[in-house]
Amino acid sequence: MGKDSYWSSKLSEISSARSRGNESFEKWSRSTLEPWNRETGYKEKEYENSSGIPLRPVYTSRDLPENYEKDLLGMPGEYPYTRGIYPNMYRGRHWTMRMFSGFGTPEDTNRRLKYLISHGESGLSIAFDMPTLYGYDCDNRRAEGEVGKCGVNVSSLRDMEVIFDGIDLSKVSTSMTINAPSIVLLAMYLAVARKQGVPFSKVSGTVQADILKEYIAQKEWMYPPEAHLRIIRDMMVYCTDNVPKWNYISISGYHIREAGSSAVQELAFTLADGFHYVEMGKKAGLNVDDFAPRLSFFFNSSINFFEEIAKMRAARRIWATVLKEKYGAKNPKSMTLRFHTQTSGYTLTWQQPINNVVRTSIEAMAAVLGGTQSLHTNSYDEAWALPSEDAVKVALRSQQIIAEETGIPDVIDPLGGSYYVEWLTSEMEERAFRYFDEIEKVGGILEAIKKGYVQKEIAITSYRRQTRIEEGREVMVGVNKYVEKDEKPIRILRISRKAQKAQTERLRTVKESRDEAKVRASLEKLEQAMMDDSVNLMPYVIDAVESYCTLEEISNIGRKVFGGWKEPVIV
Amino acid sequence: MADGKNQSLFKDKPVKVLLAKPGIDGHDRGMFVLARAFRDAGMDVLYAGLLPTPEEVVDTAVNEDVDVIALSLLNGAHMVVFKKVADLMKKRGITDIAVVGGGTIPDSDKPKLEKIGVSGNYGPGTRLSIIIDHVRERAAEARKKKMGSE
Repeated sequence: MGKDSYWSSKLSEISSARSRGNESFEKWSRSTLEPWNRETGYKEKEYENSSGIPLRPVYTSRDLPENYEKDLLGMPGEYPYTRGIYPNMYRGRHWTMRMFSGFGTPEDTNRRLKYLISHGESGLSIAFDMPTLYGYDCDNRRAEGEVGKCGVNVSSLRDMEVIFDGIDLSKVSTSMTINAPSIVLLAMYLAVARKQGVPFSKVSGTVQADILKEYIAQKEWMYPPEAHLRIIRDMMVYCTDNVPKWNYISISGYHIREAGSSAVQELAFTLADGFHYVEMGKKAGLNVDDFAPRLSFFFNSSINFFEEIAKMRAARRIWATVLKEKYGAKNPKSMTLRFHTQTSGYTLTWQQPINNVVRTSIEAMAAVLGGTQSLHTNSYDEAWALPSEDAVKVALRSQQIIAEETGIPDVIDPLGGSYYVEWLTSEMEERAFRYFDEIEKVGGILEAIKKGYVQKEIAITSYRRQTRIEEGREVMVGVNKYVEKDEKPIRILRISRKAQKAQTERLRTVKESRDEAKVRASLEKLEQAMMDDSVNLMPYVIDAVESYCTLEEISNIGRKVFGGWKEPVIV
Repeated sequence: MADGKNQSLFKDKPVKVLLAKPGIDGHDRGMFVLARAFRDAGMDVLYAGLLPTPEEVVDTAVNEDVDVIALSLLNGAHMVVFKKVADLMKKRGITDIAVVGGGTIPDSDKPKLEKIGVSGNYGPGTRLSIIIDHVRERAAEARKKKMGSE
């Protein structure tokens, strides 16, 4: 983030508008609540949410700034989009029920994708296994036991060709959950498109490619932050010019939350990452309105119901305000924060797993009331293993019940105007700006990550929560209350190791049949390009994958040029 | 021990634990919570960082003279990766360092891991005090072997 004082002046603007005092509450508290408590012997307890925000027993209109309805709330589809980014929200169409999945060999995934397409799906979503996510081939010794486990394995372009065999890339949109090696996977996808004769201008989809949150939370990186950011910049610039329908970053709070942050920290750190990408695009010479509409977000929906809803509403308002005021966006599409949501994996318990269906449903309701564009619901058996088919089906059905039985999506932003939800939305907004201000003082989000400031904030919150659970101050049903002695085991999914063998075999064939001279030439050119920061790497990576250089060979060039990364010590 | 009795002046030095996530897995929330919990329980804590190989984990444990290696995996590869660590320990004849495990480990895998010497194997939602007690217990066994019999 820049070195101006936008953050601190905005922070004082927000906090002064909110300091109105609340006479009617004070009066009620003195004349009605306190006598009642004295009479009934009730001792006032302290209530707080996951962000440590203390909660009063009730809120009133005086808890909102005077200009609230006019300036801060607005109407659906209008600036600052607190109530939703579309004028008709779920009346137009429901959120996309995007169930993230991926498994085994490229053949398995190809069959699964074709099955989904034959059932009318056009939005494909692919999960990769751990070796792919870290840029290792299936035959690396580190990969043993992991190939095809948490997703499909891709070691070379040949695997990608198999995954999309018989699937017309001009007719589908593919979301690939990949970060550190995202440029390689995008290059492979484009290479498949080229083989199919589909022009890049018709290719659409998403790579997650949010490397900042990797250093904060998910920890899947290959190089130092600056090197990865340069690669993302190259994707941004290349796609803006050549692949205009590609979403090259999905700015993710999900992992930050799962790593133990509070809702406010998720909100603040995710948006701070987003602002960094905006500044990066501007610095690369792009016009903010040419690339900001392609940025999208990914949030967590956890168990504290109103806090999650307020977080999502606050996120929309902050993004719109900052894009307009600080970054000079003029196109409404640059200001609207589109987001995918996944229910919280952390809140799932290993004990009494069927209870997780209830937790996930409540979290899914919060996401819908928060105005999400798409939603993945977790399966009840995920504290045990990767989800079984039956468990996945219940998770999907939970969404369908919310969408079609409950009436929840019938009216837009039904909690808008609730004194509590509006107060909480503003409270979280103010606390987010306090973090933006703090992060600027630390030297910007990149510095804050490199110094371990962000990671430490999260680790403190995470440990605090765990201690509160240990002490019984926070309840997890079945874990520290209503515990059952004899837990019945549930049926779980087992993944066979056949993928490892099949993939290693295919990789061997690829290496035997490719033109080695071409491989060497491509890798050499790539290395030269990596050493010159002003060169856009995208064409070189496309060339390398088309020469059938493997994911690891390409990644190793980067490891050689950029070096690795050791995280700051925060314990 | 010269006269068959351990006369070390540092018998009661803190339990030393190496936390490690061998293999390819970035889910480190639990590790960091444990690092703090072990530290608050008076232990010396080392963290192996991300993506160490089983060989690196074992070498580090030996060099640093730890009492316990605490392994964590949430990616389903524990049967392969934990076993690799256990095999290496066995191959090198290391008996004075205990190995404990944790993560998303199905019940049916636990006896198999116990059998190769990886104990605990606690899942999500386990109380920290249970894990701490177990580590202390295993550390005491390991320390005894280090010091020779009393």
